[in-house]
Amino acid sequence: MKILTEHIDVQGIETIDVFRKHGGYAAVEKALKKMTPDEVTEEVKKSGLRGRGGAGFPMGMKWSFLAKPEGIPRYLVCNADESEPGTFKDHYLMMKSPHTLIEGMIVSSYALGANTSYIYIRGELMYVATILEKAIQEARDKGLLGKNILGSGYDLDLHVQLGGGAYICGEETALLESLEGKRGNPRNKPPFPAVKGLWQCPTVVNNVESIAATSWIVNNGGDEYAKIGIGRSTGTKLISVSGHVRKPGVYELPLGITVEDFIYADEWCGGIRDGHKLKAVVAGGSSVPILPAELILKTTNGENRLMSYESLSDGGFATGTMLGSGGFVVMDETTCIVHNTLTFGRFYHHESCGQCSPCREGTGWMDKVLYRIEHGQGRQEDIDLLVDVAKKIEGNTICPLGDAAAWPVAAAIRHFRDEFEWHINHPEKATQKGAVFMREGASWSL
Amino acid sequence: MKVTIDNITIDVEPGTTIMNAARQIGPHIAPPAMCYYEPLKASGGKCRGCLVKVTAGSEKDPRPMPKLVPSCITQVQDGMIVENTINEQVLETRKGIVEFLLLNHPLDCPVCDQAGECHLQDFSFEHGVSKTRTVEERNTFEPVDLGPYIKLNMNRCILCYRCVYTADQITDGRVHGVMHRGDHAEISTYIEKAIDNDFSGNVIDVCPVGALTDKTYRFKSRVWFSKPEDASCSCGKCSGKVTLWYRGDEVIRVTARKNEWGEVKEFICNTCRFERKKTSDWTLEGPTKIARNSVISANKYGASTIKPAFPLQQAAEQYKKIDDSRDRSFLAPQKQLN
Ligand SMILES: Cc1cc2nc3c(=O)[nH]c(=O)nc-3n(C[C@H](O)[C@H](O)[C@H](O)COP(=O)(O)O)c2cc1C
Ligand code: SF4
Ligand code: SF4
Ligand code: FES
Repeated sequence: MKILTEHIDVQGIETIDVFRKHGGYAAVEKALKKMTPDEVTEEVKKSGLRGRGGAGFPMGMKWSFLAKPEGIPRYLVCNADESEPGTFKDHYLMMKSPHTLIEGMIVSSYALGANTSYIYIRGELMYVATILEKAIQEARDKGLLGKNILGSGYDLDLHVQLGGGAYICGEETALLESLEGKRGNPRNKPPFPAVKGLWQCPTVVNNVESIAATSWIVNNGGDEYAKIGIGRSTGTKLISVSGHVRKPGVYELPLGITVEDFIYADEWCGGIRDGHKLKAVVAGGSSVPILPAELILKTTNGENRLMSYESLSDGGFATGTMLGSGGFVVMDETTCIVHNTLTFGRFYHHESCGQCSPCREGTGWMDKVLYRIEHGQGRQEDIDLLVDVAKKIEGNTICPLGDAAAWPVAAAIRHFRDEFEWHINHPEKATQKGAVFMREGASWSL
Repeated sequence: MKVTIDNITIDVEPGTTIMNAARQIGPHIAPPAMCYYEPLKASGGKCRGCLVKVTAGSEKDPRPMPKLVPSCITQVQDGMIVENTINEQVLETRKGIVEFLLLNHPLDCPVCDQAGECHLQDFSFEHGVSKTRTVEERNTFEPVDLGPYIKLNMNRCILCYRCVYTADQITDGRVHGVMHRGDHAEISTYIEKAIDNDFSGNVIDVCPVGALTDKTYRFKSRVWFSKPEDASCSCGKCSGKVTLWYRGDEVIRVTARKNEWGEVKEFICNTCRFERKKTSDWTLEGPTKIARNSVISANKYGASTIKPAFPLQQAAEQYKKIDDSRDRSFLAPQKQLN
């Protein structure tokens, strides 16, 4: 079942004519001519679609929180900052089929009553911004953007804004600050963007994939969408796979298939690369807890773990993780978890905006301690120190970047403490090139 | 609106923050504020030193709030119940905040002009632990001049953003902000451009630490050797209400007046601050009220100012033995104390 990527490999799908030949912009015709904005919102609510940017918040509910005071403009902002390590699904979609996003932007803006909307895209994706700009121009030429779209009386201007190279500008309030031309510092909440967002006006911020999915929902109805998937995880999800699998890449899958199938079936990742074994998975982008092979494949009740919001978080952080943004990083037995944790730690240290003290100082501290352990200068007490620093950051910061920095460190120690201890106890061995700890009896041990 | 903080109930105006409600009860209940600064719009929410536990959100919805909340920017609701000094999680978290703020701090109080009137000193004395857990090298920056009057020592900065808001809100043509990110972020005037503005000196007063200091006063005296006197003049640019800091008969420093929370309500101009340094420039109004638990009040003014009972009681409660359990064997040849 493919919704977003059905025609993605069609030659010329980035041009409006080919896109329309494959059913493109039908949702705009339908929504603007036959539906009221509230009816569109209602369908999105019925679909059960959850935000694909990471938090998984129900999209229809978010839309219904939007304040609608008379005479004040409202905005829709598409979050295309996608900077989470391991996540590259929005990039793929926009690059190959820009009109899929633009169609969704028109439908969603119409539902929210926004007459100006923005796509905020990470600065490194300059060439994708160019692709989007070109597609927007095509849509404008065909009367799908601008004044009185398709004679419906609805006006919409769509702008693309490039970011300046900061992961933090993916956090929705930092994104709004940046869009306003300021330093990208997250705002304290409340007030939430739905009440005071861009230029202090009511604003909805949604991920590329969330917005793109609305066209299909308008065309086929929310109920149809809700039939795909499992339980409260409705619809399809783009998963970007990297690491030690045979076939890394971006996959669109119906939520609810088993993790085991996803990793091993030929239809998906095709298994671990030849001669190697699965050791660990980071299932939803660098921020979510890492899980060892046995816990990513099965929950502690012995059930198969599924690719769904609920199943991946089964067991809480003790034994579970999160679907997050869908950045699926697979590691085989050659991966050193300490090294990997350092890589993540260094990233968050580099990307913290520095506004609040726990995140600003804590990320730097964890990075330095991890660096020492990785380089053979760890002390026994460093492991508990890391756990404690992570605990002191978590929940005490302005934005979730603090949590996102703390969780991977805490989880790596929770599940791979022996590996950290080995680094500390055997610095000479551990610092040799390519040296990796093998847990005795583990399914991945050689 | 009724709000209960540490079992004390008080009536406050709607829109009051937890911080300000607690301040109305008194300094022993008020959470510490390292970044919040009442006169500056949008300040607060950054240092996280003022985090408190809300055990009941309101009369209508008495559920507890899941996370600790910054009291300086969280408004009270009718029937809210808050725990500050009586909540273990709050106190434990605050220890962590002190530790974070000191992590890259040079601990150079002996050579810092702010010592004795530094909020970070107070904060760490009241809420910190006496042992350090860090062995990492600290981040360092070179001190720089921000124009002819102000020295920036970024090593001591806690990135509270107060000076940024001051530059934004009371001076025109802002040339002062934060560059870079994370623990490598720094206060900057961009190409070290001089701040030449009549009110630029106020960033010195709002700075809670010794990151921004007055170059006309640097290294002249320890603050507790000087004597503050309130004084005024008829200045065309500002209110002319200042505090003069005397060493003997000499005015060694002029600052704006601070209230009991260390906040300046009336900002002063650079002429008053940097150029009027003779007693004859001023009309004296009498000794500045200084809290008795402040080191500045040491050996001054007899017992006339504030009743000693409270500060003494507080000092006794907060007295901590210095933790000297580290290995001192390398001191062996010398006579060990105690
Ligand atoms: C540090 C940080 C980075 C984020 N980066 C992104 C991002 O690149 N793209 C994205 O869609 N959401 C990102 N988010 C989540 C957004 O804040 C926001 O929740 C999301 O855009 C909402 O859209 P959705 O409801 O459609 O998921 C980030 C959040 C944080 C805390
Ligand atoms: S948690 Fe980190 S990134 Fe978020 S506001 Fe605080 S310092 Fe900035
Ligand atoms: S220089 Fe002082 S006032 Fe400015 S941010 Fe740093 S600590 Fe705060
Ligand atoms: S005083 Fe409230 S966060 Fe700093």
